[in-house]
Amino acid sequence: MPTPGYTREIPQRYRLEANKCKNCGKISFPPRLVCPYCGARNFEPTKLSDTGKIVTFTTIRVAPGRYAAYVPYSIAIIELNDGVKITTQVVDCKPEDLEIGKAVRIIFRKMYPEGKTGIICYGYKAVLI
Amino acid sequence: MIGIVGYGSYIPRYRIRADDIARQWGRDPETVKRGLLLKEKTVPGLDEDTITISVAAAKNALRRAEIEPGEIGALYIGSESHPYAVKPSGTVVAEALGITPEVHIADFEFACKAGTEAMYVAYAQVRAELVKYAMGIGADTSQGAPGDALEFSASAGGSAFIFGKEKVIAAVIDTYSYTTDTADFWRREGAFYPLHGGRFTGAPAYFKHILGAGRAILKKNNLKPEDFTYAVFHMPNGKFPMSAGKRLGFKREQMEPGWIVPLMGNTYSASSPTAFSATLDIAKPGDLILLVSFGSGAGSDAFIFKVTERINEVREKAEKVKDMLTRSPIYLDYGRYAKFRGKIIMNE
Repeated sequence: MPTPGYTREIPQRYRLEANKCKNCGKISFPPRLVCPYCGARNFEPTKLSDTGKIVTFTTIRVAPGRYAAYVPYSIAIIELNDGVKITTQVVDCKPEDLEIGKAVRIIFRKMYPEGKTGIICYGYKAVLI
Repeated sequence: MIGIVGYGSYIPRYRIRADDIARQWGRDPETVKRGLLLKEKTVPGLDEDTITISVAAAKNALRRAEIEPGEIGALYIGSESHPYAVKPSGTVVAEALGITPEVHIADFEFACKAGTEAMYVAYAQVRAELVKYAMGIGADTSQGAPGDALEFSASAGGSAFIFGKEKVIAAVIDTYSYTTDTADFWRREGAFYPLHGGRFTGAPAYFKHILGAGRAILKKNNLKPEDFTYAVFHMPNGKFPMSAGKRLGFKREQMEPGWIVPLMGNTYSASSPTAFSATLDIAKPGDLILLVSFGSGAGSDAFIFKVTERINEVREKAEKVKDMLTRSPIYLDYGRYAKFRGKIIMNE
């Protein structure tokens, strides 16, 4: 990811900052300029819960280059306690440890470095709790 | 009263046993374990570094401090393994914690005492009344060359301490620093692994500075070892801290709560801070705790803390060090360990 784009997305990637529509009350994550539910343009910032549960998951055994060292690893759709669903990697466990409904915590981890000399990109992942 | 208002640690889940490292290099595991008093050590995950470890430890400190992140006016991180040569780890950590932009940030480096340096300056900032709260973090993903004695100990983890004047859980009674130019351990710019002076790292380095700082702060405050409930010394291996403590007049039971090195290894900048964190996990109001770090190059920072009643209110708000050390570790064989630590040459 180019550095300017990465920097602009820091609030959502580092701190799970989302937008809550002032018209319909629905939360958009990542934040949007127009509410996908009602079309309104007025939002207030909100921070998502850092705990939730696994809705579904899959195991990656043939990964893109940046993630090749992690295989086999799991990607899950997680429903956070405030109802927002996010997709992320579940780390520090084996794929067979995952089950639908298991509780997770969102943590701050390294996503990938941009080669040997570029910036290091950080973001959110999940661990079982 | 100025002191610690929140503390927290983070220890990765991955481990490698000393037996596996010894067998890899044709060494007798029992001799190694007996010599260093080390059983296993922590290993950072593929996606963990000093920055992610600092964030995790700092979040635990914030849980115990019960303050808004934005109230922190200074953030200092001590480490031997900052991910960037140029770009402070603190900038990323501060963004992740939500304490930017009104915050003073610096990264510190002083071998294994960079963590207590960060604590020292955080305390000084509060004492100077420049900020309301300041956070000092010691975190590392320590390096040790393959086959070297350091490979048995160099581990990963971190601890964070928030200093302030209100809601203090451990008051700072005094500090003292003892520093000389002693080339016992170093890593030149661009070098991947550190080098050390073998036995020279003992008497003229570790013991001279730990004992120098320890004796001086006791004398300065007219205190004796028996006045303290606990004492914590930097832990390059299992033997050195126990030996230094005994030479200062401390007993094994005063040092044992912080003696986490057999299961954690030497977490460099996070070593004595995490041992101190483990000691706070069991300390009672009124306890006096001596903390003496050591960083090669060389120097020691000494602190005397007095625990307050508030410790009992905050202790359970974050996970304790001993629980992190024993909670379902994931053991790596040497091959996976080498992959995790980037010791295998890969194509781009």
